[in-house]
Amino acid sequence: MSGFRGTISRRNLLKTTAASGIVLATPTIFTSKAWSQGAFLNDPAKSGKLILGFNVPQTGPYADEGADELRAYRLAVEHLNGEGDGGMLGTFSSKALQGTGILGNKVGYVTGDTQTKSDAARASAKSMIEKDGAIMITGGSSSGVAVAVQALCQEAGVIFMAGLTHSNDTTGKDRRANGFRHFFNSYMSGAALAPVLNNAYGSDRKAYHLTADYNWGYTTEEAITSATEAMGWETVETVKTPLAATDFSAYITPVLQSDADVLVLNHYGGNMVNSLTNAVQFGLRDRVVNGKNFEIIVPLYSRLMAKGAGANVKGIFGSTNWHWSLEDEGSKAFVKSFGTKYGFPPSQAAHTCYVQTLLYADAVERAGSFNPCAVVEALEDFEFDGLGNGKTLYRGADHQCFKDVLVVRGKENPSSEFDLLEIVEVTPVDQVTYDPDHPQFAGGALGTCNPGA
Amino acid sequence: MDAIFLQILNGLDKGSAYALIALGLTLIFGTLGVVNFAHGALFMLGAFCAVTLNGILSLSFTTIDDSRTDFLGNPLRVETPYVESWFGPEIGAAIIQWSVPLSILFAIPVMVLVGLIMERGLIKHFYRRPHADQILVTFGLAIVLQEIIKYFFGANPIPTPAPPSFAGSFDFGVWLGFSPGSIIYPYWRMVYFAFAIGIIGAVFAFLRYTTFGMVVRAGMADRETVGFLGINIDRRFTIMFAIAAVVAGLAGVMYAPINSPNYHMGMDFLVLSFVVVVVGGMGSLAGAVLAGFLLGILESFASMAQVVALFPGINQIVIYLVAIIVLLTRPRGLMGRKGVMED
Repeated sequence: MSGFRGTISRRNLLKTTAASGIVLATPTIFTSKAWSQGAFLNDPAKSGKLILGFNVPQTGPYADEGADELRAYRLAVEHLNGEGDGGMLGTFSSKALQGTGILGNKVGYVTGDTQTKSDAARASAKSMIEKDGAIMITGGSSSGVAVAVQALCQEAGVIFMAGLTHSNDTTGKDRRANGFRHFFNSYMSGAALAPVLNNAYGSDRKAYHLTADYNWGYTTEEAITSATEAMGWETVETVKTPLAATDFSAYITPVLQSDADVLVLNHYGGNMVNSLTNAVQFGLRDRVVNGKNFEIIVPLYSRLMAKGAGANVKGIFGSTNWHWSLEDEGSKAFVKSFGTKYGFPPSQAAHTCYVQTLLYADAVERAGSFNPCAVVEALEDFEFDGLGNGKTLYRGADHQCFKDVLVVRGKENPSSEFDLLEIVEVTPVDQVTYDPDHPQFAGGALGTCNPGA
Repeated sequence: MDAIFLQILNGLDKGSAYALIALGLTLIFGTLGVVNFAHGALFMLGAFCAVTLNGILSLSFTTIDDSRTDFLGNPLRVETPYVESWFGPEIGAAIIQWSVPLSILFAIPVMVLVGLIMERGLIKHFYRRPHADQILVTFGLAIVLQEIIKYFFGANPIPTPAPPSFAGSFDFGVWLGFSPGSIIYPYWRMVYFAFAIGIIGAVFAFLRYTTFGMVVRAGMADRETVGFLGINIDRRFTIMFAIAAVVAGLAGVMYAPINSPNYHMGMDFLVLSFVVVVVGGMGSLAGAVLAGFLLGILESFASMAQVVALFPGINQIVIYLVAIIVLLTRPRGLMGRKGVMED
């Protein structure tokens, strides 16, 4: 007995038990819930407030789009806090959100003005994180801004839920672990448009591209040329146009001299409105070249921009992330909420911002924590439905949403000022899916999530 | 050859806008000695006169159409313009479609009023202040004006089409013996060019052949001596400010169908117009017009794909490049007068 007593004392037994317990418990610190134990930036439990940062263009050329995004965010906050009719909370396939805030905290928010300038957008996001204690930043109407703010959020250690950003780079070479994009991208536009263009205009076409001279323009041009050349079209010329250009006549007239029979306008916003207006003024749509009617294509459509171009958009093909005329239950619920509150249907920018807010809130609920790393884990490879685009996957490899893409056309006989585009094709998600290391998205790495503490 | 002809045509309509804005700038600088950075905003206000009149003529009453529904499924509210109700659908629609030319009549009193308020209310207090102060205050005024416009009209461009009679294009290719369709030029741009020539001619004739114009020219040459003759030159200069505002405003009205008006369009033209004034020669009306057309055409040529391929980025710097060359070789600009801004 003495020998036994000498080898296993009460103290040794306690040590051994404690050590065994630690060893047995060790795997659990790698499970998702364990993130909730760690410290992170702007923890609502410590600050006593839950603040989301809505960083949208309130001034500058995209101010109208920013105003629509802000309307959507306010609606999302209402619905999350149990006010209003609940909108898409009732149609969302995940039932984690109950209209009781997020994890029982009432949702508050602050707003910032990106001015559609990267430096201004970073400054306002930084201020919302550091001064207002925002735990998540969302919004924007430009890829340049999205990439800049996404990088800032990664450095700071908060989640970034991108607003309207269409460049491949946002979830390509500039992807970040803390950043997520619900909006579709240039590649998807090309992949969705190509079959429709093939059916409408045939496979023997010569395309002339005018491209906005910045990041989004380049990726869109690359995506559309790749997709159309793959189906047999020839790209006769690609011309970069300055972002500040207002009169495109000098760029349109060389098209008359070429033997192109299609003009692709890789323009957005005021550029698109002006270049399309100029192209129509110069009679391009009345021309017959190579025995075919001359056609114009606008890869990325926005209803707000289409309104600026007026009757010039009639019959012109493009793509869009979402449209208020969709008939699924989620879209109808959102249009009803938004339309009742504001008196007009929401734009695609409003839709993506509303959805991003709900997706963030839902991820926090499912993760049981506001810790950014827990949220990242909850969002990665999350499949959902009922938010207006059918079944959707938030792919873990690049934080890009994969869903059906809409091909639209300017409506010939609009019944109202909102009824400018008609959906001609809902391109299935399989047709617009690509590998994470696809050449158009190469050169980026998510890295690891940063909780900011 | 046809490409060159087409770029000259392009340059002429862009040059028309530059020339009209630069003409107004030069009138104000030559008479009042004020560097008016709010002049682009006057161009923008003119364009929004067209938008406003279009909105006024389109004012509608609402009827409920139970047979159709809106986006929320409620009975559709159908808007019918009052003018269509008063004059019948065809005449009413034609009145709305012709809102841009009609806006000329609307814009003249509006721009006179705006010009007088600007000059009497703000700019006259800066006559004896340094040019830097004048630039700061007029630039601030331009920002205020464009933010006001954005508040009421939003940030998106507003389509303001030309009357349907001018909607098509003219085929210069057939007319000049080139292949059909090789040189197509929109009718409205031709109208704009002709309109600009008319306005420029009217301003020159007014200054050259009227007593008022003679006094103004005398005042521009020697303000003090004209004052000693008992002529109230200040009042005439105030009127010249209003005339310059009208010129900029009318340039904006007629430009509205070319590019949909937006709150920022004045700023887009302002900097280039100042370069035009400097290249033409500060205080020289003829220089402003000449440089306007010259730089418009040069900018147009520099935007050609073949030129950009040879000199990447040339389309964005060509005007400034020309300004540097002109100022190095002719420091007073192409037609500058001795003594202007040299004290």
